[in-house]
Formats: sequence, structure tokens, C-alpha cells
Amino acid sequence: MAEVRLALDPFDPAALLAAFSAAHAEAGGIVSFLGQVRAGEGVDALELRHFAPLTLPGMEELARTAESRFALASLLVVHRSGVMAPGDPIVLVAAASRHRRDAFAAADFVMDHLKSDAWFWKRERAHGAWRWIEPREQDHADLARWA
Amino acid sequence: MARLLFLGRLEDAAGAAQLEVPLAAPTPLAELLALLDPALSQALSGPRLRLALNGTLVSAEGLVVAEGDELAFLPPVSGG
Repeated sequence: MAEVRLALDPFDPAALLAAFSAAHAEAGGIVSFLGQVRAGEGVDALELRHFAPLTLPGMEELARTAESRFALASLLVVHRSGVMAPGDPIVLVAAASRHRRDAFAAADFVMDHLKSDAWFWKRERAHGAWRWIEPREQDHADLARWA
Repeated sequence: MARLLFLGRLEDAAGAAQLEVPLAAPTPLAELLALLDPALSQALSGPRLRLALNGTLVSAEGLVVAEGDELAFLPPVSGG
């Protein structure tokens, strides 16, 4: 059973991962991905927006799809919405499995879908000006790998 | 009155996150868009936009908006 959260406030990825690992001792492997706000290029803030009627239901559907596609003991998906500073966590995905291959693939699958197929919109502030960020060609190509 | 919601970059095109539009009767989407500023109307007519009526994804084809409805315009997403 997956644990899926839309975080409106900062979260502590290390604490979440420790709790997830402890709760799934039967899993032989846990693969996690942490996305954080990149520092540099004059960026001093990143904002993620969501649309309440669709965003969390869409994340839950994605988690169900991942669980049906890969042999997982459990799956953790946490995604921020709101304004963040460089170094702040944006997204944490952790996949627990009996064997590592499914855990690697599931984390990769979930991240590719969160990047360009989940109900989020992203903008960054650099040198005082906000700019909306659209998915890169690479993001679409990454997603197409799973079709 | 119908409420239009603008997500992502569409908020910049609209100059606000939402807009209330008076409707005399249930109104087809094309007629609703014609009530808006032409530049905004064009920004809301792109082929890559998705629409949600009262929180549920809908097709633009044949869409009619009525009094009290909330119509969200959803541009391409970008998360993570």
C-alpha cells in the first residue's frame, strides 16, 4: 500500500525515509530519489503550484499504477507545493522491494511521471523576475520510455 | 457568474489567478472566450491546454459553461 502526500509545508526527507525503511523491514532493498531546488544561476526561489481537485488524486493513481507494474513491498511519494529556496526538498520517492531491480525501476517510473505528467506547474525567480518553466524535450522522452 | 481559473503561465496572461464572468445563460466555450480580452482569449485557445469543469477534466468540444460553474484552464505541467 503506497503512502502518497502532497506537502504544503517543508518536509524532512531523512526522517521520512528512516520511518519508511523501519516500516518495511521485509523489503530487501529501498531505492529513493530526492529532488531539491538547485542552487545557482541567480535563482533564489522556486514555486510549485497545484490544482487541488486533480493533483493528489493524480499522484495516488500514479502510485497505484507503479504498484501494479512493479513488484513492490511499498512505495512512498511526497511532493511539495509552495515557495521553496535553493536546497529545499521538492520531491521524495522511495520504492521498497524484495529485490532491487523493481525498486530502481519503480522510482524511475514515478519520477518520470511526476516531472511531466502530474498536475504541477513550476516557476523560478532569478534576478528578481519570475519565469514559468515548461518540461524539457528530455522530460517527454523520459516519459515515453514507459509507454 | 462563472469563475475561470488560470493555472501556471496562464495566470500571467490573465493578470490574475481567477476571473469572474457574468453569464446570462449557459454559454458555449467559444462564446465565453469571445467575451474576454482577445490576447487572453488566444492564450486560452491553445491546443496543448486541458480543461477542468468543477474539478473534473473535460473536453473543449461541445463544452457549455453555466451559472455557478468553475472552469480551470490547465497549461502543460512541470513538476519535480
